[in-house]
Amino acid sequence: MRGKNKIFYHNFLPYLLLLPTGIYMGVFIGYPILETIRLAFTHPYTGEISLYNFQRLSRDFHFWNALKYTFLLAGIVIPIQVTLALGVSLLLLRRFKGSNMVLYIFLIPLTISDVAAALIWYNILTGNGYLNRILINLGLLKSPLHFFGYQYRSMEILAIVITEVWRATAIVFVIIFAGLQMIGKEYLEAADVFGASTYQKFRYIILPMIKPSLQTALIIRTLFAMQIFGVVWILAGRDIPILAGETYYWQIELKNPNVAAAYSLIIACISIFLGFLYIKLLKPEYLER
Amino acid sequence: MVSVRLENLVKRFGKVTAVDHISLAIKNGEFVVLLGPSGCGKTTTLRLISGLELPDEGRIYFDDSDVTYLPPKERNISMVFQSYAVWPHMTVYDNIAFPMRIKKVPEDEIKRKVKWAAELLRIGELLDRYPHQLSGGQKQRVAVARAIVVEPAVLLMDEPLSNLDALLRMLMRSEIKKLQRRLKVTTIYVTHDQVEAMVMADRVAVMNKGRIMQIGTTEEIYNKPANLFVAGFIGSPRMNFFEASVSDTILDTGYFKMKLPEEMKQVLEGYETVIVGIRPEDIHPVERGIPPGVKPIELEGRVDFIEPLGSDTIIHLKIGEILLLVKVPGSYIVEMGRKLKVALDFNKLHIFDKKTEKAIL
Ligand SMILES: Nc1ncnc2c1ncn2[C@@H]1O[C@H](COP(=O)(O)OP(=O)(O)OP(=O)(O)O)[C@@H](O)[C@H]1O
Ligand SMILES: [Mg+2]
Repeated sequence: MRGKNKIFYHNFLPYLLLLPTGIYMGVFIGYPILETIRLAFTHPYTGEISLYNFQRLSRDFHFWNALKYTFLLAGIVIPIQVTLALGVSLLLLRRFKGSNMVLYIFLIPLTISDVAAALIWYNILTGNGYLNRILINLGLLKSPLHFFGYQYRSMEILAIVITEVWRATAIVFVIIFAGLQMIGKEYLEAADVFGASTYQKFRYIILPMIKPSLQTALIIRTLFAMQIFGVVWILAGRDIPILAGETYYWQIELKNPNVAAAYSLIIACISIFLGFLYIKLLKPEYLER
Repeated sequence: MVSVRLENLVKRFGKVTAVDHISLAIKNGEFVVLLGPSGCGKTTTLRLISGLELPDEGRIYFDDSDVTYLPPKERNISMVFQSYAVWPHMTVYDNIAFPMRIKKVPEDEIKRKVKWAAELLRIGELLDRYPHQLSGGQKQRVAVARAIVVEPAVLLMDEPLSNLDALLRMLMRSEIKKLQRRLKVTTIYVTHDQVEAMVMADRVAVMNKGRIMQIGTTEEIYNKPANLFVAGFIGSPRMNFFEASVSDTILDTGYFKMKLPEEMKQVLEGYETVIVGIRPEDIHPVERGIPPGVKPIELEGRVDFIEPLGSDTIIHLKIGEILLLVKVPGSYIVEMGRKLKVALDFNKLHIFDKKTEKAIL
């Protein structure tokens, strides 16, 4: 009897312990995903299983624009963020007086939500916002710089890029800085001793050694970039269509959950594909066991 | 290839003085070994020479140029780190090739030299591996290979053989020494293994607590230790020491007296208490016959213990409370507890001032 009990515990206890998590994931993650897939492949009027929603999308120029702008923004914002985060991390690595202060200041935006960040930058950049008033009072400008409105679309993109960089570089920085600090100092010293220049040290020692953190940072940032919404919606509305914005628009404004679900599914697929690409391309082969 | 001169180097870490007024002149092409117990400042001295650490006081010269504050990459040095510092993201081949790639050596020459170094260090079949696939001793040999493929002005090695088994260590010891002779590269080699130090060095610098206690050839360090620390640190088994009070030419330990030759009178003038040192191999059992050339001082003690080592026998001899180790070549079995007459060789006797611990004789 006791032996049997033991076997029972050995075989089933782990599953029993995992059950609460399993239920949680099923209810809050599994079900919504299945429901999204079901909605996306259901004809909104007839209720039949069909590709109607996707056909509908592909004929809509807003969809192609949203795709274009989502990638454009990601393509501008992410390189700036990674470069900036790398630069600041390298700077902070040579501990100077006040380096901790710089670190803390750099992390502040991390605590601010995207909507709040967008509002802050709206107030700075708008027609009679802080920036324009300062520049005009200093006599550097005659008439205000316009960042917002349909006719200033490239300026809108600039405003979005500034806000995104300000808001979300910190997360990239945290990950890269942690990776940099993990590099044993003797690896860099060895490079010094053998005559490597600062650039060579960066290119051949530091960069390959932070590949894993770079990979993590890129995956996280790219996934978020595919979902970009709050900042764009507040600063540019639908002037700059984006995938998550279109999802919202179809769901809330047009009350069509089927097309909205198709949009979400497309965002998910792009994200998965890009994540996979990063893992393949940035694989640090020396860590393979 | 340069000469290296250290002048009054001091390096402090907070309250610890890791290097305490070290001065040392190393000739062009010389092989100098820094030998000392753990924590005595060997690595720190090496790091000062490499420029990875800046001294709080003092100067470093390569030939006549002052390199004290020159960054490492401008010193034309090469180094084996105590922690190996073999880059984990590069294969063994790339690790060894890196210093040459930095110096823009043509790829085919790199290939040739990597192969040569790998053969020399017996890691030829590991070239495609990553460091995490290597044992400690293998990594260490990669570190040595990486350091010898460039032709530096100064080669610095921090315990490069510490992780190898006895056989491999002996092999590598002679390979490194031969290589150094051939390349005539000024070499500073750190170890806490005295045999390694004595075998490899042109000169040995014995260090303790951040200071150089003595520098000299193996022969000088062994036969004429300048102070109590060096006398006790070098040699195995350790030198026998006992305290004795001086009156005229008589040394009195309280358990036995030793009469020294008349000419010692002047030498011992003014000292009250001294420490006498004699190496175990310089004490001879009288019954085995005293070797020629020995100026005997005879003593009698009781055999307390014997350690037969095969090639030698170590006899623990008690004279009152004083324990003398006697090293006799070959196998020599005496019953324990028995009385034994021995002769100390006066020619090999060391006498140190008790206060300053410096050698008098
Ligand atoms: N970066 C450091 N910060 C503080 N103390 C240090 C530092 N480096 C060395 N020390 C101290 O300086 C002293 C000398 O250290 P060092 O590494 O030079 O010894 P070592 O002779 O190389 O010893 P080992 O044979 O164990 O390698 C030690 O007391 C050590 O604790
Ligand atoms: Mg050391």
